[in-house]
Amino acid sequence: MTQTETTTTTTTTTTMAASGGGDRADGLLAPVPDDDGAPFFAYAARGELRVQCCADCGESRFPPRPCCPRCQSFESLWKKMSGRGRIWSYVLPHPPLLPAYAAQAPYNVVLVELADAPRIRLVGNLVAAADAALNSVPPERIRVGAPVKAAFHETDGGLTVVRWLLERP
Amino acid sequence: MGAVRATATLKDATAIAGIGQTPFAKHLPESEKTLACRAILAALDDAGIAPSEVDAFASYTMEETDEVEIAKAIGAGDVTFFGKVGYGGGGSCATVAHLAAAIATGQASVGVAWRSRKRGSGPRPWTNTQVQLPTPAQWTRPYGLLRPADEIGLLARRYMHEYGATRDHFFNVALACRNRANQNPAAMMYDRPLTREMYMTARWISEPLCLFDNCLETDGALACVLVSAERARDCRHRPVYVHSVAQGLPAQHHGMVNYWNDDPLTGPSWTAARRLWKTADFSPQDVDVAQIYDAFTPLIPLSLEGYGFCARGEGAAFTEGGALEIGGRLPLNTGGGGLSEAYVHGFNLITEGVRQLRGTGTAQVPGATTCLVTAGEGVPTSALLLRS
Repeated sequence: MTQTETTTTTTTTTTMAASGGGDRADGLLAPVPDDDGAPFFAYAARGELRVQCCADCGESRFPPRPCCPRCQSFESLWKKMSGRGRIWSYVLPHPPLLPAYAAQAPYNVVLVELADAPRIRLVGNLVAAADAALNSVPPERIRVGAPVKAAFHETDGGLTVVRWLLERP
Repeated sequence: MGAVRATATLKDATAIAGIGQTPFAKHLPESEKTLACRAILAALDDAGIAPSEVDAFASYTMEETDEVEIAKAIGAGDVTFFGKVGYGGGGSCATVAHLAAAIATGQASVGVAWRSRKRGSGPRPWTNTQVQLPTPAQWTRPYGLLRPADEIGLLARRYMHEYGATRDHFFNVALACRNRANQNPAAMMYDRPLTREMYMTARWISEPLCLFDNCLETDGALACVLVSAERARDCRHRPVYVHSVAQGLPAQHHGMVNYWNDDPLTGPSWTAARRLWKTADFSPQDVDVAQIYDAFTPLIPLSLEGYGFCARGEGAAFTEGGALEIGGRLPLNTGGGGLSEAYVHGFNLITEGVRQLRGTGTAQVPGATTCLVTAGEGVPTSALLLRS
């Protein structure tokens, strides 16, 4: 079901550290990756959705962290996901919000359960196209259980975030 | 050496002997430090204990008045125990629990727990974009999941989807709290009745949560005084015993964004509840009145399930038929709670629990002798069982 990157986290974080953070030119918040999270964003920049897995016992974990909660190994790798999932829940935030978000409100925030790793639910936005606005899908099109697929959006700050498109728009 | 020592027990070993508070308002002119001192001194006066006898303090990590400032301002004596508990409103009951442990094990004699906060006139924490924590905020905030209402809203929507909970169930919670506030002259919403029409037509904050699903924004401070059970019997009021205490940080829990485990709807209340009931002499059906943390209405059904008042998925239905009103199955948040009295990270739920067991509540449950008080569900939490 997935491809497996053979390099360990130790290697990837040094060579693929995602830089960035702070406010983006569009006023939306950019991710501020920590050491453990940086590879996720580095892979996203390549158009790949990968999650951290234990290199010894294979257990996937999210958010990324230094060691495996199941077998305590510090060796990890990043397993490629199909990018498919289902909406587990969603909200429609209304003001008061930070100004850049208020400008697009009400927008959606979805929680997507990954088809390849059901315990991992990624927070994101359901959009009409990878680079479309946060409010580009009408709220009445959003429902719990709807199948979605990952898309990749490069933010103004240079970091790439994962967004979601309806499988059946 | 060699002697068998019984484990020190907390059960009924300590009691809350005094409670105090400032007014609650959208804006109070005095500083958080001044408000803290006023609430603490009021609590000591209520107990009839001199400030110079205080030798222990407990508060929240988010509390900005520290022990050094408080101790020297109120004229405390030599202090031998002090600690702070994390996770915002999840720490409320733990402040009392930590003092109970300290007093029961002989580390201190007179403990003060307090919370002072100008959340009404001060900034909303989520507007500070400089303090976004890399974990877990890197996974949530860029997408516009900015506020606690958004984070809990995701769980609320899923709860509605899985169990058929409706907005009417959340309204039942909001209404019960508002009705009690309408009986409590100290409550911010004392003279503001709530109707179903007002609720159903209110503006959204984060769909499915509307204005009335969210707690108030309050300036105010509260405190309580804890002493040994023996000492409490010599104080001014009937002692309110700390019967059982627990904290709860479940395995693979992620704080308010608890989205990455087998079952996000099984929150910290379940973990705290197992420990709480294990050391108690009574069970959920024996609870006369409950003070359940209500930063958001959906936390009530989730907590009702976690603390064992009903089965998983039945928390919404539990609220039907006036169950949370005076005379119902489980009178709730009898001072108005965070939704309608004041939102001071849940400390008013502790003081209201004490009032009910003294028999002095503004919406008194007749003959109440047992009370559950809980801290924030959805974050590492804590809870108390109080009895008279």
